[in-house]
Amino acid sequence: MEVPILKQGLYLIASIQAALSDLDLVHLRDALAEKVGKFRARGVIVDVTVLDVMDSFASRTLRDLAHMTRLRGAETVIVGIQPEVAFAMVQLGLTLEGVDTALDLEEGLAFLDKKTKRHASRG
Amino acid sequence: MGDQRAKRNEDKGQGISPAREMPPPDDVSTVSLLRELVAHLRKNRTQLREEWARRITAAKLLGAMTSEEMFAEATSVYDNYVEVLETGAVEALQAYARDLSERIIPRGVETDEVVGIVLLLRDVLARSLFAKYQTDFQLLNRILDAYEPAANRIANTVAVGFVQERERIIRQQQEAIRELSTPVLQVRERLLILPIIGVIDSQRARQLTEQLLRGIRTNRAKVVVIDITGVAAMDATVANHLVQTVEASRLLGATVIVTGLSPEIAQTLVTIGVDLGKMNTVGDLQGGIEEAERLLGYKVTPFSEISQQPI
Repeated sequence: MEVPILKQGLYLIASIQAALSDLDLVHLRDALAEKVGKFRARGVIVDVTVLDVMDSFASRTLRDLAHMTRLRGAETVIVGIQPEVAFAMVQLGLTLEGVDTALDLEEGLAFLDKKTKRHASRG
Repeated sequence: MGDQRAKRNEDKGQGISPAREMPPPDDVSTVSLLRELVAHLRKNRTQLREEWARRITAAKLLGAMTSEEMFAEATSVYDNYVEVLETGAVEALQAYARDLSERIIPRGVETDEVVGIVLLLRDVLARSLFAKYQTDFQLLNRILDAYEPAANRIANTVAVGFVQERERIIRQQQEAIRELSTPVLQVRERLLILPIIGVIDSQRARQLTEQLLRGIRTNRAKVVVIDITGVAAMDATVANHLVQTVEASRLLGATVIVTGLSPEIAQTLVTIGVDLGKMNTVGDLQGGIEEAERLLGYKVTPFSEISQQPI
């Protein structure tokens, strides 16, 4: 199942609609890494609200995604992790280290605004 | 006579097993003896009851109750006692014991007092039987054979009922403590505090984390201050629980500040080498809230300073 990627100003928003297979996740990672360059995006938001399971492959792929987009000039933030999912993840030791997270889409946008503004003022 | 009685008590020793079903008194002579016994106890109710109450006072039992209350309670225990002797209905007695325990436990009556008064009653009644049948030794023997197993069972049922009621109350209170002791409080828009008091075990740590995560979601919190001033001791397991809580909160996009680590706990954590590098720690709750306000962009200023500034 393809994940729609929406362009919103300087950001790309990937809104996951249903449970994803491993292959879907890899496709999402590659598509985002490619589109970040194509649209000259400064930020990426991956909305995982609908996921009620996050296994080691999924969290590793999301972490890779974040690192890949950062290398290509865009910050990634994962939004909408459910409380139960978060609890299960830390118990499995999957803590998405080095990846930014936010409560929901709104928070994610606010976070990116703050972060990219800081970068812009520094640069 | 005393020797014989002691011997009989030994023989009946196996009758003292908790909550055992009372077998129906199929022996016709036992039934008729018990009936005679009950009639005797009913007839001398007032006198025996008074004797019993006197003995309770003399033994300094039920000190938590006034003498009127004690007498009222003694009356109902007496009537129930005699009724169970007559019918052998253990269920009714169990229900009564539960009911009695419910009433007297909150008044601070101890287990030994309850067992003590029931054994006193047993003794008072036995003495009255001795007095009545002392001329006919054979009959006395048979009366006691009928009376003692039944009396033992009653004492047992009451004691077991009392202890069970106690345990039920303890369980209920533990539940209540568990529920009450993990409040997640919002002190400011998007700022939660979680004061932890007492001992943290795995179950409580899990419950705590779940409650906090739900709180973060419903209050849309960005910063959480976990205050552990009230935690007496911490070992590696508890520290790891804390780290898990912090990480799970981060996955929901909330920053956690841990406050109130005592010098002892700090030393323990350093000694056992728990990695608290991921944790944001501040000395006390006040400092933690100030730090949280800074993260949220609040600035608390005394009103007098504001009014001095030109608008």
